[in-house]
Amino acid sequence: MYDYSEFDAAFVAERNKQFRSQVERRIAGALTEDEFKPLRLMNGLYLQLHAYMLRVAIPYGTLGSIQMRKLADIADKWDKGYGHFTTRQNIQYNWPKLSDVPDMLDALAEVQMHAIQTSGNTIRNVTADHFAGAAADEVADPRPVAELIRQWSTDHPEFQFLPRKFKIAVTGSPNDRAVIKAHDIGLQIVEQDGEIGYRVIVGGGLGRTPMIGKVLRDFLPEEDLLPYLEATVSVWNLLGRRDNKYKARIKITVHEHGIDDIRERVERVFQMIRPSFSGIDQKLFAEIKEAFAAPDFREASLAEYETAYKHDPIFRSWVDTNLAEHRAPGYAIVQISLKAHGATPGDASSEQMRVMADLAQKYGHDQLRISHEQNVILPHVHKSDLPVIHAMLKKHGLATANIGLISDIIACPGMDYCALATARSIPIAQEIATRFDELKLEHEVGDLKIKISGCINACGHHHVGHIGILGLDRAGVENYQITLGGDATENARVGDRTGPGFSATEILPAIERIVYAYLDLRSDPTETFAQTYARVGLAPFKVALYQQDKAYAAE
Amino acid sequence: MPREFTPKVVTANALIEGDVVYFTAEDTWTRRLSEAEVIAEEDHAQLRLLQAEGQPELVVGAYLADVAAGDNGPEPTHFREDFRRTGPSNYNHGKQAELTNV
Repeated sequence: MYDYSEFDAAFVAERNKQFRSQVERRIAGALTEDEFKPLRLMNGLYLQLHAYMLRVAIPYGTLGSIQMRKLADIADKWDKGYGHFTTRQNIQYNWPKLSDVPDMLDALAEVQMHAIQTSGNTIRNVTADHFAGAAADEVADPRPVAELIRQWSTDHPEFQFLPRKFKIAVTGSPNDRAVIKAHDIGLQIVEQDGEIGYRVIVGGGLGRTPMIGKVLRDFLPEEDLLPYLEATVSVWNLLGRRDNKYKARIKITVHEHGIDDIRERVERVFQMIRPSFSGIDQKLFAEIKEAFAAPDFREASLAEYETAYKHDPIFRSWVDTNLAEHRAPGYAIVQISLKAHGATPGDASSEQMRVMADLAQKYGHDQLRISHEQNVILPHVHKSDLPVIHAMLKKHGLATANIGLISDIIACPGMDYCALATARSIPIAQEIATRFDELKLEHEVGDLKIKISGCINACGHHHVGHIGILGLDRAGVENYQITLGGDATENARVGDRTGPGFSATEILPAIERIVYAYLDLRSDPTETFAQTYARVGLAPFKVALYQQDKAYAAE
Repeated sequence: MPREFTPKVVTANALIEGDVVYFTAEDTWTRRLSEAEVIAEEDHAQLRLLQAEGQPELVVGAYLADVAAGDNGPEPTHFREDFRRTGPSNYNHGKQAELTNV
């Protein structure tokens, strides 16, 4: 784990002190809400539908047990005993009192965490592949570069008032698990002639105008990264549409100017500022890399694991569904599902957080990750420890074997919490998961990602779901639009709209019709939903989805 | 022709807790929509909104929300206001857990 310096700790302590005083002045009436709002947003504090919401950054989704326990303590002491993990690898507390927030921030600082730049028109939490450092397909661990970018972007004087928010994601693997093509900048670590560098993707994003990112630079040498990023953000900082909030993101700038024009401008600025980067960043980068060195992987007998796998069908199902391939022999990546059927996607109780922290400390080299799919990962687990880990997870409602299946749904908080939402997301996710569990169908259906957003801002990534659901307000009634064939991987693709939306009571049967249509259409049980969709296209799904309505209309 | 004025309540969020609150005829804030002052006239609505906005030490983000007359006082006409009246649907948290008949 990376340890922050005394200088970093002093900076966070000073910010917290300032914010404490700002909160006091707001409560005393010395600051108006208009004056206070930008200050609280700079510290991750939103006012939502029913309460305040504090968004805490989990840098590149990486946590140790000490931090996870602190998140649990905060949930118990100042919130309602749970936290909500988000699609940007953050955690949100849904019920803090304004007067308690300064204490919450001080508690976070005790474990080197904060909420700075989790809101506002700044460079937000840098996200990364949640299998970082563990994945079998990895060129290099993306966390060191994510940390370097975090240090460069935190409190960057030029980038505190950008045209709009700015999100960066990094992957170290060719198989993209960090949705880099739907970020303002996506970085892929690549190797070329034995040299490590970056493929730089720019101008991706979801929201009201979904765009897939374009390649800005195919290979950028490691030492050029920060000046190149600085050039890119500063080009957009000048060109970005401050006149129209809906056109302010870099995806629109790239779209309006064209990728070649943007590249030319970036290269020009890059050449100009490159000499000012003296190499201090590279010295720091080397230190950061050391802090992220792989743990000492051990060798042990797999006999116990193999016996459990052979004799315990529940364990076997969990292993087959929730594990991913680790780069070290005898090891596995454990994905802990926060999607128990009928539960709120991404929520973990304080008790569950402590259990996961204990497991990480005891069996997982003290490492935890939060995935953008709102699950928790134990990245380094020796397979001999899997039976005991599974038993413990099962005891605490954390052993649902559904990673990548239809009930492993991404859902934004929607109108149950969010002030921007136009419809609810959570109850729709709960209904779909419960229904397909009742049908005992999800393992037969296999790999199928449903993603639900409660408004066009698309926090639930609906555009890139195999099945995307978008909740809207249509003449005062919740209405759900469906998109099909989206893809969040290296083959990123925005899904196709099927047609008219469905009411809250119609959406579950509509999803069922799509799933049954897939089971009919697939060439054989190994053909996934995404593959079937790529082969047959929208038309047969459209027939399945709307034929019932037509049948009624014909009567 | 100007649009016909529909009945309104003044609503906001409480400064400290963030709870959804409503302005009463007695110039106090209540967490129960049923106790809110129902405003039937446009000029009066603007005046009450200004008065509510004049209490920044108590509330945040005051605005006028549509209501319809019901058996137990004002009822929301839009689902967003219906959710604001009670709380989230996935947990019994917020006002609905602390008050009865919200």
